[in-house]
Amino acid sequence: MTFSFEIPLLLLLLVTAVGAVLVEDLISAILLLGSYSFFLALVWAWLGAVDVAFVEAVVGAGLATVLFLLTLFGTAPKVSRLRLPPPPMAALVSLPLLGLLLLYAANDLPQFGDPQSPPSTHISPTYLEQSYQDTHTPNVVTSVLMDYRSLDTMIETVVIFSAGIACALLLRRHSS
Amino acid sequence: MKIFFFVVLLVLAILIGVYLYRVLQGPTIFDRVLGLNGISTKAIILLVLMGVVFERVDMFIDISTGYALLNLVGALAVAKYLEQKGLP
Repeated sequence: MTFSFEIPLLLLLLVTAVGAVLVEDLISAILLLGSYSFFLALVWAWLGAVDVAFVEAVVGAGLATVLFLLTLFGTAPKVSRLRLPPPPMAALVSLPLLGLLLLYAANDLPQFGDPQSPPSTHISPTYLEQSYQDTHTPNVVTSVLMDYRSLDTMIETVVIFSAGIACALLLRRHSS
Repeated sequence: MKIFFFVVLLVLAILIGVYLYRVLQGPTIFDRVLGLNGISTKAIILLVLMGVVFERVDMFIDISTGYALLNLVGALAVAKYLEQKGLP
């Protein structure tokens, strides 16, 4: 596919990220973060990771916005305007260097969709060939999450559930 | 036909950019909320079009529906916040 639609998407992503950092109002920053994770979901969808895109659109763009607003609501700062101090000199020097280092490291990564790359040849074929016989689940991602790693997923659910209970208890005490 | 869909995708991305200017620049919070709602309407169409391009419309319609529902919740949360806090 010669047409690379991810470039305008990545440009939008960059613009929203910079805007969320530079904007002078907390609510506006929250809104910009919501649109940021939505563009991220579009990038995932364009790269073919539909499950990740679904989670990012629902949790990142929808739920996180509401949670951030609830936090702002519960903590109730007197002023939601931010006074941005100028960044320190060390950050201005070291962060572009870190970015250059990461770009240099990204040169060695395999091409997107390369069937000969190590992750595609190591263990993925085993799952792709045997997951339906093992688990009778049509979706490979679901079979990995719910069958091969079911204990892991269960404990993750326990962690999220207890965190939700703790948040609900804290918010109840705050309102009474 | 595929060229047509790509052109539509690009035009929608440019339209999203126009809304994004309002979100970034907007003098009041309402401009930003309205710009975000405009972005989300464009983006729902964009997701379904991506599904048409990849020939997996069923999956992408799920994503866009979930996003549309939760975007409504987000807009309601912002409205509730502004109602309680007063206008900035």
